[in-house]
Amino acid sequence: MDSFSPEIWQSLGLTIELASVTTVILLIVGTPLAWWLARSKSLWTEAVATMIALPLVLPPTVLSFYLLVLLGPNGPVGLLASLWGGRTLAFTFAGLVVGSVLSALPLVVQPIRNTFAAMGDRPLEIAATLRASPLYAFFTVALPLARPGLLTAAVLGFAHTIGTFGVVLMIGGNIPGRTKVLSAFLFDFVQESRWREASWLAGAMLMFAVAVVLALTLIDKYSRRRST
Amino acid sequence: MRTATPGRIEIALSGSIASFPLDTRFSVPAKGVAAIFGPPGCGKTAVARCIAGLERLPAGFCAIDGEVWQDKTTFRPPHLRPIGYVSQEASLFPHLSVRRNLLYGAPKPKPTPIAFDEVLELLDLAPLLDRSPSHLSGGERQRVAMGRALLSQPRLLVMDEPLGALDSCAKREILPFVERLPEKLALPMIYIGHDMAEIERFADHLVMMERGMVTAAGPLHVLQTDPALPLAASREAAISLDAVVSGYDGRYGLLILRLKGARLLVPAPPLAPGVHQRLRIAAYDVSVAREAPRAGSILNVFPARIRACLPLGAAEITLVLALGTGGSGTEILARITRFSFDSLGLKDGVDVFAQLKHVSLLSASEPPLQTIPASTPTADPGDRQATPRRETRSSAREASGIFLSLHSCRATHVT
Repeated sequence: MDSFSPEIWQSLGLTIELASVTTVILLIVGTPLAWWLARSKSLWTEAVATMIALPLVLPPTVLSFYLLVLLGPNGPVGLLASLWGGRTLAFTFAGLVVGSVLSALPLVVQPIRNTFAAMGDRPLEIAATLRASPLYAFFTVALPLARPGLLTAAVLGFAHTIGTFGVVLMIGGNIPGRTKVLSAFLFDFVQESRWREASWLAGAMLMFAVAVVLALTLIDKYSRRRST
Repeated sequence: MRTATPGRIEIALSGSIASFPLDTRFSVPAKGVAAIFGPPGCGKTAVARCIAGLERLPAGFCAIDGEVWQDKTTFRPPHLRPIGYVSQEASLFPHLSVRRNLLYGAPKPKPTPIAFDEVLELLDLAPLLDRSPSHLSGGERQRVAMGRALLSQPRLLVMDEPLGALDSCAKREILPFVERLPEKLALPMIYIGHDMAEIERFADHLVMMERGMVTAAGPLHVLQTDPALPLAASREAAISLDAVVSGYDGRYGLLILRLKGARLLVPAPPLAPGVHQRLRIAAYDVSVAREAPRAGSILNVFPARIRACLPLGAAEITLVLALGTGGSGTEILARITRFSFDSLGLKDGVDVFAQLKHVSLLSASEPPLQTIPASTPTADPGDRQATPRRETRSSAREASGIFLSLHSCRATHVT
């Protein structure tokens, strides 16, 4: 265990921070997006849905490459960032968050979209006949009814970000203490043939994943039982 | 395009919804119960959805008691229409308790015209308050949905086949509650249904629909006796009337009811004079005679004049009779055989005596309350775990003290 330097604890904190921030942003961005995709009859929905789904089939390196171009000092986002005195988002935590959000977006949007679609118009129509404005109905009826979908989306988004690797290396640059997350550590351990540490880390991440999924499932089951 | 008339509900819809053509125009008083009646699939629900603002026909007009909800230039979205909408399917929010469902549409400032406690009592909802909708029977769910609609303080109640998804036992359980609403609340109601037996119990006005079009509209009793409409010529033909209680014969337990052109004697518990009482007289309970029967057991025999003769099948005839000498009073229906018709030499305009063998009293102002033994099986289509919960519910009813009789219609044979 002594070979686990303080660095790895720092990395663990960083990984959890990244996954949490990413999950929160995913839910904030993904929920309205899923709502629109599920309910709009516009032809644009399929085009947008395709764009969102791309990271599922694209190698992470390709996505990261385009992000680097976009976020780098000469990219449009980098130029924008320079207005605030920043130089670039590449090789920063913020850049990492952007990359993680984009790569996990399809995993988050899809379950929420399905839940909203399965819900149909009925609950919202009923809310409307009870004087609920569309916004009020969204928060008091649609969101509570979509809870299973939201929970699934959160678990998938969180877990996917914990395990993100390609994006981390390309955008994050594997800088210890700033962008070096656990999966990158594992990669380094393997590269240096430190199998013992690697198996400890891999095992811990496995246990963590199991624990997170189990906890969320139990929470959902419990809260569902209480509400019925 | 049009101006709204105070005191009327005016609907004009034309266009098509999901390729179903709709051309529906009618105007009914914004008072009492107007029933929209027609076979399933005739567009009744589409009309209800248009009134609620859930569907939008560009060339639609909808005005309630002088207030325009939709015309060429305006379209009020559903949440800005003061409507109470109860539909056929279960519509309770599964994530909220009965209490929070009831209060979902209730305005926040406390004093409201339709008070929470009043609705609880009217629909007997108190025992259900803290339950979840998934633990209610179909009939209970519809009662909660009605209470929720009422608590949103509507100016118009629209009920789209609220009993449609219930089995006949649950229907009988909930019908008395539906009947009480128009009596207890000064709230206009549009009731949509395809079962005349329900509608004739409490509707005042009737709009008949077929294939998206209105075929007739008017006061219920007028349409029931209209020879040109299918109601009078149907096998279940009956008339509904609101009679006024004019007295009570305590010696024989007979209620005296006044109609235009007749004074009915019906065995029933006493009612205060002046009270309005809904009656139903089925065509097959009325027979005719050419001469006044000198001695007989039928109490209600009145002179009448034949207004119309409608053949029913090969062997029977339905007569439209106007009560009173000279036929100036209320119209009723009589069912006789073609044999009697010919042998008595009956035809339009002939004076006869109408003999009313059976008069049903429906939805008295105070519905009869009876306690039902806890062992009585209750309607429960949606119940999944049968026995244990059923026991809980019956005991809850017992605890609540009163439960409406399954047979709130007091039918009486007077022979």
